[in-house]
Amino acid sequence: MAQSSSLGRRLARAATDAAFWRGLLGLTLFFLAWYVLTAVLKLPRFEKIPDPLAVLVDWLNPHATRSLFTAPYYVDILYSVARTYVAFLAAVVFGVGLGLFMGWSTLLFNFTFPLVEVFRPIPPLSWIPLAIIVLPGIELPVVYVTFIAAFFATVINTILGVHSIDRKYFLAARCLGARPLDVLRDVVVPGALPFIFTGLQIAMGLAWMSLVAGEIIAGQRGLGYYIYQAASLYQYDQVVMYMFTLGFLGFVSSVLIRRVGQRMMAWEEARRKSKG
Amino acid sequence: MSAAVATGIAAAQPARLVDVDGVTKCFGTEDDRQICLESCSFGIPRGKLTVLMGPSGCGKTTLINLIAGYELPDRGSVRLEGAPVAGPGSDRLVVFQETTLFPWMTVYGNVAFGCKVKRLSQAAIREKAERILAKVGLYAFRDKYPSQLSGGMQRRTELARALINDPKLMILDEPFRGLDAMTRELMQEFYLKLFEETCLTTLFVTHELEEAIFMADRLVLLTYKPGQVKEILDVDLPRPRHFSMFASKRFFELHDHAMSLLVEESKKAFAAGCTSAFDQIAGARPPAGG
Ligand SMILES: Nc1ncnc2c1ncn2[C@@H]1O[C@H](COP(=O)(O)OP(=O)(O)OP(=O)(O)O)[C@@H](O)[C@H]1O
Ligand SMILES: [Mg+2]
Repeated sequence: MAQSSSLGRRLARAATDAAFWRGLLGLTLFFLAWYVLTAVLKLPRFEKIPDPLAVLVDWLNPHATRSLFTAPYYVDILYSVARTYVAFLAAVVFGVGLGLFMGWSTLLFNFTFPLVEVFRPIPPLSWIPLAIIVLPGIELPVVYVTFIAAFFATVINTILGVHSIDRKYFLAARCLGARPLDVLRDVVVPGALPFIFTGLQIAMGLAWMSLVAGEIIAGQRGLGYYIYQAASLYQYDQVVMYMFTLGFLGFVSSVLIRRVGQRMMAWEEARRKSKG
Repeated sequence: MSAAVATGIAAAQPARLVDVDGVTKCFGTEDDRQICLESCSFGIPRGKLTVLMGPSGCGKTTLINLIAGYELPDRGSVRLEGAPVAGPGSDRLVVFQETTLFPWMTVYGNVAFGCKVKRLSQAAIREKAERILAKVGLYAFRDKYPSQLSGGMQRRTELARALINDPKLMILDEPFRGLDAMTRELMQEFYLKLFEETCLTTLFVTHELEEAIFMADRLVLLTYKPGQVKEILDVDLPRPRHFSMFASKRFFELHDHAMSLLVEESKKAFAAGCTSAFDQIAGARPPAGG
């Protein structure tokens, strides 16, 4: 995707692309089936699910508790986005940092890898009780469980990234007179970037997942918290609306990471193009 | 004829840049020891192009790793200007058959790397890098990534990345293998011209005898198992060299002589391969009869 092409040109190109039409058809069929099952046939069990039209109407209704035209909707989004991004950025800083050094130094790796492997499988939500009694306020515990989820995915993938670098690049750099910090900056970091960004995509997904769970259990405000509230008031239109909001925010996050990755790894793009 | 050719060892020794002295290098574990090089000795004279040849697996790359300082000998010593080689350094740069250009850096970034880590000023780096890029004919490609270059261009980038450091010794391990015949010829000519301009001391490994004689001042032939110097030939063809030399009488004499020596060693290497393969088959098979 060329950065320079305008939205109009991109749309025009998409309109001639078979993949685009197939994707659109898939989505249409899904929403149609949803509508028929819940609004037309009203099959047992399915009747409890709000139909897509009702959700859409609610989403656009200025008098609903939450909708596109009410301020609290955006306050919820803001809270959740802020929590997720703070946690995610902390995971990038600490996860990538630790992963780079663990991948690079066998000594540090030997010391810390067992520790990482003990803590990594602990499900993020099981941290909540400890987080609540240790960390002050209600924001920090939620941010912490979100961070933990993203952190380990980042560390593991960064280590893999450093280990994936061919030995010959280290030799070449050393032979050309590079000192350890040069090797870190010019070999370890760029060589690990493709894996790091794969890790960040996974980490972002995990961060949103734990965020919502954390908000339901320990939060106030935010998308997850409101989903729980709306459910207890039987406002399932609102629940589904918030589910799609979360889906959209996750999608945007993913695109953002991919964009930043493409910016930082211009050589990967160049290689893909010259191969294709 | 062979007496006239094989006068290299007896000829007056020019000042040596590198001394390989009684080097032995083994691989494998205690009980499965493989001697790769044994008491191997030769010198690399300053300002000359020395070509190393020998059958596949005789230890050429191992020798290069020792001279470059990637590995240390088990016995004997490798000395650069009299001082033992203890590790790699930018005074001895190696260009391998396989590319080691950093894929994440542009041509310019790769070429400038050696200067950058020496903390030269941006202006000085730019000046040096651009001069050398122009010399290897890659100035227009300075902002491309290695993956966007042809094989020949990658080789030249690699040469430029090494040359910018003004190494005392340039080591090339089958640098033109894998290139198509046309590009290969152009690269030979290119490196020869560069060598004849700068007299940069060079150690060059190749499998192609024609290429070897065309480029070399001295031809070092290695034996197979253990790797030792079989013979050193002085290639006394005049410089600058030109492809028309392939038709000269002297070229044929050198070629014939070197060829007979190489064939002898290659046969030994081939037979060794067959024997060990046969041993394995024989060992795996249950005893006949009974
Ligand atoms: N790191 C190593 N560990 C074990 N054995 C090795 C190692 N490096 C080389 N050898 C062995 O040493 C011998 C010489 O290898 P080397 O790569 O130096 O040969 P070469 O002359 O460069 O061959 P080619 O012409 O095929 O490149 C081979 O038999 C090889 O299997
Ligand atoms: Mg080799």
